[in-house]
Amino acid sequence: MASEAKSEGLVFHPMDQFIVKPFFGEGPIEFYTFTNVAFWMVAAIVVVIAIMVLGTSRRAVVPSRSQSIAELAYGFVYKMVEDVTGKDAVGFFPYIMTLFMFIVTANFLGLIPTSFTTTSHFAVTAILALAVFLTVTIVGFVKNGAGFLGLFWVSSAPLPLRPILAVIELISYFVRPVSHSIRLAGNVMAGHAVIKVFAGFAAIATIAPVSVVAIVAMYGLEILVAFIQAYVFTILTCVYLKDALHPSH
Amino acid sequence: MATPKTETLSACVDSYGSAVGMPQLCGEWMSNQIFWLVITLLVIFFVLSRIALPRIAAVLAERQGTITNDIAAAEDLKAKAAAAEEAYQQALIDARAEAARIVEATKAEIKADLDAAMAKADAEIADKAKASEAVIADIRANAMASVEEVAKATATELVGALGGKTDEKAINKAVDAQLKG
Repeated sequence: MASEAKSEGLVFHPMDQFIVKPFFGEGPIEFYTFTNVAFWMVAAIVVVIAIMVLGTSRRAVVPSRSQSIAELAYGFVYKMVEDVTGKDAVGFFPYIMTLFMFIVTANFLGLIPTSFTTTSHFAVTAILALAVFLTVTIVGFVKNGAGFLGLFWVSSAPLPLRPILAVIELISYFVRPVSHSIRLAGNVMAGHAVIKVFAGFAAIATIAPVSVVAIVAMYGLEILVAFIQAYVFTILTCVYLKDALHPSH
Repeated sequence: MATPKTETLSACVDSYGSAVGMPQLCGEWMSNQIFWLVITLLVIFFVLSRIALPRIAAVLAERQGTITNDIAAAEDLKAKAAAAEEAYQQALIDARAEAARIVEATKAEIKADLDAAMAKADAEIADKAKASEAVIADIRANAMASVEEVAKATATELVGALGGKTDEKAINKAVDAQLKG
């Protein structure tokens, strides 16, 4: 789509940053190929281990700075699980913590210039959202049996309305993983693409200052988005899990 | 931008190496992403659930325990301090009472000693006064006798000098009469 604009100096390739390619050399991409995706996911693992394991290795009663970060993340997600899902849901805490730490780390690693943002791809966020969807559905049926279907039967509504509401509830239930995944990937992708477009404008000397200021502003916004989207994904997971554990409205 | 490549490696990339459409929708990359995502999530999950989260939970519990213990110890020490303060005040009151008692006792003792000493001194003074009176009476008696003797002697001599007859009996009679005067 961008190749037509090649004739002049103004070229935008805002989507090129999302291309998956082998990290070493060139070649076809098989599922096991060590790609830029793989590299930045491994980087996310390393960062998570650095924060959560190395940072807490001293087990100090009075925490150091790095230990404070790990404790802050722990308390933040733990409180979220406890408040939103309920005290009986703390068994899901490691799972939710994994989602949160991966998303927040991948989002922030994606903000490093020239890096690859793994959470900007629907393939990644869809798997995350599907995992949540499957967990919620399975847990719902295991814990409540057929009573989980009560989630779709709004007993507080007038009887004639209930079948209609049940259809709406059912649709909204199956749309959850779609919105859940597209919200995250869409936000991250849009911000990165907009920054890239502003960066393209910087080639024109007269608007370059404006462009640079805009990039800085967008970058600030993206830092906010990186955290907020991880938070939103996590809290929605907690809300969905609450439906599975307590399906009554 | 990039020089055109002779062959493209992917249907999602054009001959210049740019993305065709949204790379997010490129189906042939998805298996790779999913594969690495699953590995990543499993690794993070195991690291968190086996190492990091139990450790942080232990640290937080330990901190909570330490804080609770410290607060309890502080309460304990506070109570001890209050008890010590009370004991100190009590000791102070006791000491004051004891001091007052000792002062009283000492005063009484001194008074008794003083009284005894006074009584003894009075007795001694009375004895001495009596003895002195006896001496004085003695001296007075002696003095009267001497006066009589001197008077008789003097009268005798005077009578003699005047040419009278020294009749001792008459002189003594006259002197005695005069002394009785």
